[in-house]
Amino acid sequence: MGPLKFSIILFGLRFLIWLRALQYETFRNRLKEKNFTAQMKTKANTVGRWFVFKNGKVHSGAGIREDADVVLTFKTADIAARLLMPPINQLEQINAMKDFLLSLEGLDELTLWFTQTIMKTQTVGWKYGIEMGRGITRYTNMTNGGPVFLYVKDDKLIRITPIEFDESDPDTWSIKARGKVFKPPRKTTLAPHGMNWKSMLYSPDRLLYPMKRIDFDPNGERNQQNRGISSYERISWDEALDMVAGEIKRIKKEHGPGAIANSHGSHHTWGNVGYYLSADFKFINAVGMTRVLHNPDSWEGWYWGAAHHWGGSLRVGQSETYGTVEDLLKEAGMVVFWASNPDGTSGAYGSLEGTVRRKWLKELDIDIVHIDPYYNDSAQFLGGKWLAPKPASSPALAMAIAQVWIEEDLYDKHFVENRTTGFDKWRAYITGEEDGVQKTPEWAAHETGLKAKDIRALARRWGNKKVYLAAGGWGNGHGGACRNATGIQWARSLVCLIAMQGIGKPGVNMGNLQWGTPVDTNFYFPGYAEGGMSGDLHHTAMSVELFQRMPQLPSLNTVEQSIPRLWLPEAIMEGKAEGYAWDGKSIEAQFNKISYPKPGYSPVKMLYKIGGSIFGTMPDSNRHVKMYQSPNLEFIVSQAIWNEGETKFADIILPACTNFERPDISEWAALGGYAHHGQTQLNNRVAVFQHQAVKPMGESKSDYTIFSMICERLGLSAYFTEGISELDWAKRIFDASDLPQIISWKRFIERGYVVIPPEKEELRDPLSWNWFYEGRKKDVPEPMPLPSDYKDGYLEGIQTQTGKIEFEALSLKRFDAEDPERPPIVKYRPPFDQESEDKYPIRMLTPHPRYSFHTQGDGKDSFINNIKDHRIEVDGFYYWIIRINEEDATDRGIKMHDLVKVYNDQAGVICAALVTQRLPRGAIHGYESCATYEPLGEPGKSVDRGGILNLLTPKKSQLKKGHSMGNSTALVEVELWNGKVELDTKVGAKVLNEFSEPVPAE
Amino acid sequence: MDKWNLIIDIENCTNCNMCVLACQDEHVDNDFPGYAGPMPKHGARWIEIMRKERGQAPMIDVGYMPVMCNHCDDAPCLEEAQNGAITKRDDGIVIIDPIKSKGQKQLVDSCPYGRIWWNDELKIPQIWTFDAHLLDEGWKEPRAVSVCATEAIIAKKVSDAEMAKIAEEENLEVLEPTKGTKPRVYYKNLYRYNKCFIGGSVAIKNDGVEDCLKDAKVQLIQGSETISEASTDVFGDFKFDKLDEDSGKYKVMISANGYSPTSIEVELKESITLDDIVLTKT
Repeated sequence: MGPLKFSIILFGLRFLIWLRALQYETFRNRLKEKNFTAQMKTKANTVGRWFVFKNGKVHSGAGIREDADVVLTFKTADIAARLLMPPINQLEQINAMKDFLLSLEGLDELTLWFTQTIMKTQTVGWKYGIEMGRGITRYTNMTNGGPVFLYVKDDKLIRITPIEFDESDPDTWSIKARGKVFKPPRKTTLAPHGMNWKSMLYSPDRLLYPMKRIDFDPNGERNQQNRGISSYERISWDEALDMVAGEIKRIKKEHGPGAIANSHGSHHTWGNVGYYLSADFKFINAVGMTRVLHNPDSWEGWYWGAAHHWGGSLRVGQSETYGTVEDLLKEAGMVVFWASNPDGTSGAYGSLEGTVRRKWLKELDIDIVHIDPYYNDSAQFLGGKWLAPKPASSPALAMAIAQVWIEEDLYDKHFVENRTTGFDKWRAYITGEEDGVQKTPEWAAHETGLKAKDIRALARRWGNKKVYLAAGGWGNGHGGACRNATGIQWARSLVCLIAMQGIGKPGVNMGNLQWGTPVDTNFYFPGYAEGGMSGDLHHTAMSVELFQRMPQLPSLNTVEQSIPRLWLPEAIMEGKAEGYAWDGKSIEAQFNKISYPKPGYSPVKMLYKIGGSIFGTMPDSNRHVKMYQSPNLEFIVSQAIWNEGETKFADIILPACTNFERPDISEWAALGGYAHHGQTQLNNRVAVFQHQAVKPMGESKSDYTIFSMICERLGLSAYFTEGISELDWAKRIFDASDLPQIISWKRFIERGYVVIPPEKEELRDPLSWNWFYEGRKKDVPEPMPLPSDYKDGYLEGIQTQTGKIEFEALSLKRFDAEDPERPPIVKYRPPFDQESEDKYPIRMLTPHPRYSFHTQGDGKDSFINNIKDHRIEVDGFYYWIIRINEEDATDRGIKMHDLVKVYNDQAGVICAALVTQRLPRGAIHGYESCATYEPLGEPGKSVDRGGILNLLTPKKSQLKKGHSMGNSTALVEVELWNGKVELDTKVGAKVLNEFSEPVPAE
Repeated sequence: MDKWNLIIDIENCTNCNMCVLACQDEHVDNDFPGYAGPMPKHGARWIEIMRKERGQAPMIDVGYMPVMCNHCDDAPCLEEAQNGAITKRDDGIVIIDPIKSKGQKQLVDSCPYGRIWWNDELKIPQIWTFDAHLLDEGWKEPRAVSVCATEAIIAKKVSDAEMAKIAEEENLEVLEPTKGTKPRVYYKNLYRYNKCFIGGSVAIKNDGVEDCLKDAKVQLIQGSETISEASTDVFGDFKFDKLDEDSGKYKVMISANGYSPTSIEVELKESITLDDIVLTKT
């Protein structure tokens, strides 16, 4: 039967191509793109059919042609019939490729075109969007700030709105607590950076054409020293791609494996196919590149510290969060927000969903305390008691609270005795038995600048109530004080506090209503960290579930060399760097040391940069300016949407399009991996088909398309794409998810979104930690820790050695019990730069920005620049905001919106002052992650008015035996700007910002 | 006839700027003939958020007040407009016709609230239009309302009588009513913007150890009259709010069993957070 079936299928394909050409203009136009002959056949030439594509016409006949440019061969007709008979079984196709049952020969540009054209016969007729009348079509998409409707007319985006549900969408959940019923509205919220997107799409800073630095010649003078200075000229895509592919080949052959490094930002435009963990990771693995290994940037203290006490390494050291919204509303008497500003940071991807719920707090009799040097947005919204410790000092506050609890017997002794170990050791430190210093409120007052009476009052109130501890923006870690000089101590000491109060007791837990809503966590849609189409089982969470649900070719990077990101400039400039890997599989995985260069590999000679600028986000970022101008980098390509920050330091610029200009698929706040069940930040789970709402601007292309065009030139396109387009990948992700259970593909891509019904009340997830508190087996739906980390039995106890919360962390005792930076029990050490406080008396806070999403949304002439708390226009330029206490400002003659120079020995940054009472004296506050870099003189040697406060922050890792940013505070001075461009420090020395010391090497 | 009104609750405004951004999204690069010409990308704040910080660290609060065209019933701009450039619709919305108003820069100064913006490129005066073009298409509320996560901005289409009743029941105010223009934009908890407080913290000292004093009695005295009473919370904090700025001399009396009463004189200009008050034992 095989030969007959195969012949019929081949004839059917011929018919389908003819039919689609008749039906659709886009398909007719596609057929005009190439002239060549394709052959599909069995290996023994028993069955075959050829297709001749010429000037838009297709001729086809049964049989074998010797002159075919593309040959798709199946081993036998039976196999061909099995693989091609609908419905297509993806796993069988993948297995057939792996078993060499089919082969594809020919030039990549033709083979890829041919297979994608075959796929297009299936997809060309799909209908997208809802007609709204007056020529307007309503599409959907997803931003980092939430899902959106896009109203488009004549290929122009008219407006963006959040999604209002209609009567066909499921109802949402409600919670009954203290005689009230709380129910969120039936619509989605959006964060400011999501609402800003129209101005991002049409930004004058969009990169529209491939460009080459005018004085860069790959066959002659490269002039690396002029990066960031010279201008660019437009070149064609063919020129650009030939140059990039040519350099990849040359560098691999000339220098050997490892000579090409790939650097990406921490975030990207949204979409499971186009995300960096998807398309870029597949590209990295296809080409073979040195990876720039990220530090756990938003979790530092939790990962390097807290995990040793309570496990959770796969959550980057954070706590589980299930059921906490309902428990908090019902049981808690108080919420302590500690370096926690969820209403300013939107829970990263949670839009303003948590803000909707925190408004309910105002209706209940729940005490609220905010511990933050800045009177942050949640404090402004919710009110309550504000305690403003000196930046980076609050571990001392935590210890004084413990001291009061011990002295006044205000902690859960039963829990401490039965569910924890090592308390005696920590108690001895707190009471001064160990070092003679009792950690009293008076002691802490000296360290923190707080009043002892307030510390005691807080400790007593806390010890007498059921309290939720909200650490960082998510409430269970993430952001906050974990990324400053004492961030590891901070996270560790908070674990000790919540353990003393019996975490898991109703009303006692981690959270601030940001995570833990009663959505249905059993309904599967892959998070972005699951790697999409990357096939990467090592550096994504794909192995957890997606790999089996969406069969695809696995991919592996043959280059094992990597660079710890914090030391990327040093690795390039000095040729060596050491650090520790971020690997969550176990607590101990973080002890793996990595060295660059790895023995036997080439030093990096080429940098492939993709995505947003990291000048604004990395500490002491003048280092990166220097790196870019280094002759050690023979070639730099930057693939970016906007011409921001470091883009203008590349040799070749490849213009990428936004996610409004390409198809993709995703779920709101679905992170996966290190943030498993991130959808519990939401009031309603919403998955969207990300329509291509408008054509790509200029000649920009999707990342996927750019990668596949480079891969065509490297003979890797079939491996990179599996022969299909990003639209086909989106369909495969849909099929891999549980969405087909609730909506058809046809309806999904037309309407653009689907609301996943909430969990039935009786089936809601149990409360996090309650199993632990009560001594049951773990019953929350998280597949972590891994089975071998259990001791007494599967699901019994937590990940630590003892299975209990360890006040004395045995993992640290095993690793290095004598490490003064990270002893087995948490102790207070003042910030490492404390001795410089005499010279630079002001401690600057640089938290995550509120209005932009890291660099996304900032600069680029966007709407956000108009926001008075983001930037202020002075003489035609939009300056970054720095907040300063009113008395500190008066002392320096600074008035509202004066231009000031914020400076230290590293750099100077010109900002506009916002004079405020929201900070105590001695502290200033400005967001990190500005997108623009505008040195007023020579890059790296002059003041910057773009607003990169990270030029001023310390590059030092929080600990030597880790890879951990400690840059959310820095010591600086502020003065009225005198208009000078040069860097003058207070002591009068010209700063050249040379590297003073090499990076830590153990 | 039902008419549009806006109710803004200052206590629920978080300064997220979603209303500001939604307004820009709707109007920048979009022309709605008969309603509004395109809004300039920068420099025009049809919706603007004003900030008011009260008190001194560590006892402060910060109020944010979105302001926009008040769509007044007795709008001076209506009088000032020539050529019928400004009309009052039956639903209460004020519209500046983008064609008829061309060149009429005098209209900018006619608004006592300063909420008319001059578009220098198009030479027309512009305001926040209540998104009348969308309401006329059947949208249920202006975009500034639908994007507000905290429902700090609510639109209501009701009769004037009904609105007067709501204003009465919910203690709504309009901005600077003495201007007499009958705004259709109402505010809730306006005290966070235009009133002030006297706050402080009470402590005691025993054996050299300072502690917050809960339940101390605090009286606010003006002249010889006690105008308000409060008791301190667990942090010893008290606060007398909704006082008029620049309202002269006050006395704050603190008393607690077993401690000598203390009083503090205050000349009230703006909100003031007093230095900590430490009571001594009797």
